[in-house]
Amino acid sequence: MIGEPAIIPSAATESPIRAEQLRKVYGSRHETVIAVDGLDLEVRRGEFFGLLGPNGAGKSTTIGMLTTIVVPTGGRALIAGLDVRHHAAAVKRRIGVVSQANTLDRSLTVWENLYYHGRFFGVPRRRARLRADELLEQFALSERAQSMVFQLSGGLAQRLMIARALVHEPEVLFLDEPTSGIDPQSRINLWRILGDLHEAGQTTLLTTHNMDEADKLCERIAIIDNGKALALGSPTELKQTLGADTLITLTIDGEPAPLAERAAALAGVRAVEREGQLVRVFATRSEGVLAKLVETATSLGLHVRDAASHPPSLETVFLTLTGREYRE
Amino acid sequence: MSAEVGTFFALVARDLRVLRRQFGQFLVRTIMQPLLFVFVFAYVFPKIGQGFHGGSTGVSFTTVLVPGLIAVAINFQGIQAVALPLVQEFSFSKEIEDRVLAPVPVWVVGLEKIAVGAAQSLLAAGVVFPIVYLVHAHGAAPSLHIHDPLLFAIALVFACVLAAALGLFIGTVIDPRKIPLLFAVVVIPITFLGCVYYPWATLTPIPWLKVLVLLNPLVYMTEGLRASLTPELPHMPVWAFMLALVGGSTALTIVSLRTFTRRVVT
Repeated sequence: MIGEPAIIPSAATESPIRAEQLRKVYGSRHETVIAVDGLDLEVRRGEFFGLLGPNGAGKSTTIGMLTTIVVPTGGRALIAGLDVRHHAAAVKRRIGVVSQANTLDRSLTVWENLYYHGRFFGVPRRRARLRADELLEQFALSERAQSMVFQLSGGLAQRLMIARALVHEPEVLFLDEPTSGIDPQSRINLWRILGDLHEAGQTTLLTTHNMDEADKLCERIAIIDNGKALALGSPTELKQTLGADTLITLTIDGEPAPLAERAAALAGVRAVEREGQLVRVFATRSEGVLAKLVETATSLGLHVRDAASHPPSLETVFLTLTGREYRE
Repeated sequence: MSAEVGTFFALVARDLRVLRRQFGQFLVRTIMQPLLFVFVFAYVFPKIGQGFHGGSTGVSFTTVLVPGLIAVAINFQGIQAVALPLVQEFSFSKEIEDRVLAPVPVWVVGLEKIAVGAAQSLLAAGVVFPIVYLVHAHGAAPSLHIHDPLLFAIALVFACVLAAALGLFIGTVIDPRKIPLLFAVVVIPITFLGCVYYPWATLTPIPWLKVLVLLNPLVYMTEGLRASLTPELPHMPVWAFMLALVGGSTALTIVSLRTFTRRVVT
C-alpha cells in the first residue's frame, strides 16, 4: 500500500479504541441515510465500555467501522493507534469480534472452530490446540468438543463465539448485542463470563439496547441515537448528572394539559413532558408523587387509564435524553 | 507479509479439512453425471445400435466426449465448490462475516477460495478421467494421446482457475433467492453449449451459434483439452484457447476479487 505511515504507533501508549468525528453515510445520490454522524469515542485499556442505544441508532455500523468491515465516510477510527482504513489487516490481528449473527463455521466441530481460528491468526499448531482445549474448559464446552456446531443451542453457540474471539488473545474484544435472542439463564451465565473477562483485564466494547445489561457490565457507557453520542459516563454518573430520577408515566383519557400544569407545581417534581395522552413526570423522589398525581388527576375529573413508576435507571436516562416512547 | 501467507495456508488447511470430511459427497457429485453420460452414450448406445460419431472424421464419439466431459467436471466443480458454499455464507449462515475478519486483506480470502476451488476442479478432472476413458462398449474406445504435455498441463491448470474464478464471481453477484435459477439459466446452457459433445469447428454449418458460443468459458476449456488430448480431432487454434484461458482466468480473478470485496466491505 502506498502512503502508509512507516512507523506503527506502539500499542502500549495508544488507546485501544479511538474514534474521531466518525461518520458513515449509506445510500445513493437520491437517498442517503446517515447511520453514524460525527461520533467521538475513546476507550481506555482494560475498560468495559458500552454503546447503548435503540435499534437503528448506529451501534452496529460503528462496530463495523471499528472492525474494518464498514468503510467510514468521514472521520477516523483507530485501534491501538492503527487507522482501520489503512491498516485493516493489522487491526484485524488485534481484535476479536462477536457479531450479532451466529457466524460459527458449520462445516467444523466445536473444537475445530477454535483451532482453525487460532491458525488463521498465526497461532502455532501446538499452541492453537492448547488454546482450544483451555477455552472449551473455561467456557464449559469441553463435553461438546466433537459436536458439529449446528447441533448447539443458541446459548452454547453464543458462548463458543466468544471463546473463538479470544483464541488469539486480542487486545480488544467487540461484542455486538451478545445477549439478544438467548434465554435468561444463558444471559446470566454470559454476564458472569463477561464479568470474569473484565476482571482479567480484557478491553471490551459492548453494544446493547438492554439498559440492565449495560448497567451491570459497563464501566462507562455512551448513549447513542441517530448516529450521535448523547451522553457519556459511568452508569452512576449518567443517572446522577442527567437528573434521571424516578420516571412516572400516566396515560389519561381526555386532555392531559391541565394535569401536566398542576404536576409541574408539585413538590419533588423536576420536569414534566407531554406526548399525546401520555404525561411523563421526572421526580427527584419516588415516595408519594405517584399517589399525588393520581389524586390531582381525579380532582380534575380526568380518568387515569394507566400509571407506572420507574425507579432511577439507565432506561430513564435514555428516555430523558431522547424524550421518546419505549421502542422495544 | 509472511504472517499473511501463514493465514492464507491456514484458510487452505481449513478448506481441506472440510473436503476430507465431505469426500464421499465430493466423489458422488463429481462422478455421477459423467459416469451416467458415458454409460448411456458410450456403452448402451453402441450396444443397442444407436450411435453418434464425431463429425466427419470418423472417430468414435467417446474420443469427442473424453475432453468434453473432463472440462464439464472442471467447470461444474468450480461452481459447486466455490459459488454454492459462498451463497450460503452470504445468506443464512453468515460465516463469511467471520472469515473476512482473518488478519489479511479481504481479497486474500477470495483468492484462497479460488485456489482451493481450482484444486478441487483439478481433483475432479483426475477422478473423472479414468471413468470416461474406461467406460465404453467393446470397440468404442476413445483414442487419446498427449503429444504436448506442457500444453496439456497449462490448459488443464488454467481451465481449473477459470472455473473457480467463475465460481467466485457467480457466488458474489447472485441473489441467494435466485439460486434455483442458477442451474437452469447458467450451468445447463453452459454445459450444453460448451462444445462438449461436438468440436467447436464442426459448428460451421450454424455460423451464428459458432460465434455465440465463444462467450461461453467452457468452450475454451473443452477445446484446450481437446487440442492436448485428441489433437487429431478438429480444434480451435492453440493461441485462441490459450488467450481465452489465461486471459480469462486473470481477468475473471481480478473482477471476482473486486465483487467479493465490495460484497463484504460496505
